[in-house]
Amino acid sequence: MTLTTADKALVVSIFGKVSSHKEAYGAEALFRLFSSFGQSKTYFSHFDLSQGSADLKRHGAKVLGALGEAASHLDNLDQALSKLSDLHAYNLRVDPANFQLLSHSIQVTLAAHFPADFTPEAQSAWDKFISAVSGVLTSKYR
Amino acid sequence: MTLTDAEKAAVLSLWRKVSGNLEALGAEALERLFSAYPQTKSYFSQFDVSHGSADLRYHGAKILGAIGEAALHLDDFNLALSKLSELHAYNLRVEPVHFQLISHAVQTVLAAHYPEEFTPETHAAWDKYLAAVSAFLTIKYR
Repeated sequence: MTLTTADKALVVSIFGKVSSHKEAYGAEALFRLFSSFGQSKTYFSHFDLSQGSADLKRHGAKVLGALGEAASHLDNLDQALSKLSDLHAYNLRVDPANFQLLSHSIQVTLAAHFPADFTPEAQSAWDKFISAVSGVLTSKYR
Repeated sequence: MTLTDAEKAAVLSLWRKVSGNLEALGAEALERLFSAYPQTKSYFSQFDVSHGSADLRYHGAKILGAIGEAALHLDDFNLALSKLSELHAYNLRVEPVHFQLISHAVQTVLAAHYPEEFTPETHAAWDKYLAAVSAFLTIKYR
């Protein structure tokens, strides 16, 4: 799956607005994920999952930060995400289905905070982008 | 899958706000669906799917209206969705996975237009609710 030039511009532009809110929005995306899809909590038995917890903020910022890193290397996701890809394949082993659930939660969070910017075209670009990132992160599973 | 009292309340309370804006919100949900997942357009070759078209507003209102009607019959979907269930099974035959796609599109619209109300708890309630509606609409497929 390749992102068009327009897709890339939309990803970068919206990430620009997100980047100063990584903790808050990252925590929110995770809390939405855990609220809607309880099964996803299975990977976080060591976390305080209460709304706005330090764990959620720290980890949420990490997740959005990685997406930001990916957004700066849209033409070379394999290389940019190589370490994270290894981590997911050999350590974390997050079931692939959960990437779509997190993608949904991130998109809902973006829609809630940037309703004017998160147009149908932007949503499509982000859905494609997160899908591409998810593909790389699960590429070494087998 | 049963909704708790709190979930039912969350669905109904947001539905009351949505019900006054069915055409615009419904059209936007379809536009997001078609933009992110073009394969869903396969059922609408006869439609004008351009932004804000009369077709999108008419059909979007119909879909959200049905979702709302079901919300008023949370303890017995048969009362609201029996005919629609047959329509989907014997005529429309929409791919089951597309129900998840439209559920995601509807939730994105809700988040964009009602960010205060679409809290993680309300979000989770709506995801459960739309999944229940989708299951009912595909129940007679086989």
